Amino acid sequence: MDSLSVDHLTGIKHLTENDIQLIFKTADSFKEVINRSIKKVPSLRDITIANLFFENSTRTRLSFELAEKRLSADVVNFSAASSSVKKGETLIDTVNNILSMKVDMVVMRHPNPGAAKFLSERVDASVINAGDGTHEHPTQALLDAFSIREKLGEVNGKKVVIVGDILHSRVALSNIYCLQKLGAEVMVCGPTTLIPKYIHELGVKVEYNLKKALEWCDVANMLRIQLERQDIKYFPSLREYSMQYGLTKKILDQLPKKIVVMHPGPINRGVEITSDVADSDQAIILDQVENGVAVRMAVIYLLASKIKRQ
Amino acid sequence: MEKQVILNSKHFELTINRLCYQLIETHNDFSNTVLIGLQPRGVNVLERIKTQLESILGTEVVCGKLDITFYRDDFRRRDVPIIPSTTNIDFVIENKKVVLMDDVLFTGRTIRSGLDALLAYGRPEKVELLSLIDRRFKRDLPIQADYVGKTVDTLISERVSVEWKEIEGEDKVILFTPETNG
Repeated sequence: MDSLSVDHLTGIKHLTENDIQLIFKTADSFKEVINRSIKKVPSLRDITIANLFFENSTRTRLSFELAEKRLSADVVNFSAASSSVKKGETLIDTVNNILSMKVDMVVMRHPNPGAAKFLSERVDASVINAGDGTHEHPTQALLDAFSIREKLGEVNGKKVVIVGDILHSRVALSNIYCLQKLGAEVMVCGPTTLIPKYIHELGVKVEYNLKKALEWCDVANMLRIQLERQDIKYFPSLREYSMQYGLTKKILDQLPKKIVVMHPGPINRGVEITSDVADSDQAIILDQVENGVAVRMAVIYLLASKIKRQ
Repeated sequence: MEKQVILNSKHFELTINRLCYQLIETHNDFSNTVLIGLQPRGVNVLERIKTQLESILGTEVVCGKLDITFYRDDFRRRDVPIIPSTTNIDFVIENKKVVLMDDVLFTGRTIRSGLDALLAYGRPEKVELLSLIDRRFKRDLPIQADYVGKTVDTLISERVSVEWKEIEGEDKVILFTPETNG
């Protein structure tokens, strides 16, 4: 079937491997489009998309907005800081008010896990999850896997370690689902306090020693420590975290093979990754950002094709 | 389902040959002309014409492939989205003469999308259209081909299919009426 099995993208958990491959195949074409001199196609001329960001974001929001504009969709932006949410309006009321202005698709980031799924069951529009609390961030996982596929040829059979704050990371959970569906082996690595207790039930390996984890892997995805989500102290200090789990050029050069280094951003240089690693030729951090636009264009295009005309 | 051959392999070859000589009449040595095949089936026409032209001229002809999926006017009017093919235009079309190629010209909508897609690469001096088969009488848009392999008069319910030696095993063009369910 050349069509997605879902009407909303609330999480990678609900996608099939075929869905992911279809998104990648479509994204290949969009990557070609965004490298032309005229980076725009008219496909979504008659679609209006609302970007609802109830939580701060720079990269994801810009990436979605660019993807929408390059597909020729009309875009309205909304951020919680300047909205009626502060005046006591509920999520459904806010969204239904926006939908009455004839919006076809909603891209939403929200601090509560499950917010996107909740919304998709209650409103009459396609919903794309741009991050729901500590739950999922599906487009990030898709662009990460797409970048691995681009760099290494395929994802199947590759070994990927996700390092850092797994407990608070929606990127980690979506990446685990996505990589496993594509046939990769996944390991998580970090301080015991930041690894969820039952994570092995997802079929991932757990390693507490960074060096051992890096020796095992083909790809290392370094996550940021999400201090804003940490209600208590999970480790003594950032300096100590950095000494134990920070990726330096020295560690990288000692490894038996050249691994690929990824980071979903924003980078805290000198904490989870040093500057010389982030800027090295093994890092594909900026490729991830470029691929983000192509992958989001593919997701929006494929979901929009399922919206029936009145 | 009765199939009627409207171009057999011998006539197919003659037609390709004639189209090549017609192109040479207009474009001489192709120094300022590029050929672009529309994905997917127009690329077959392109490959055949390119091979034949190069053997007649003895020089290389600049060619590209253009995918028009994102420029179509029937997005969201179909049940499943069309999956794009690759576009490969690694030259500048600015001020070049462009010959677009497709296998069957019918409603003209594909060509309209193709013209739109082409403009994303620059402003050509001139755009011409070559079509192996021209199905008259069902044009939705004011579009005509400059070079036509064969013109056929068909019913709207009929289908024209171009088959290639490389893909289907034999060069031929067939006309048939698809069986309707129920």
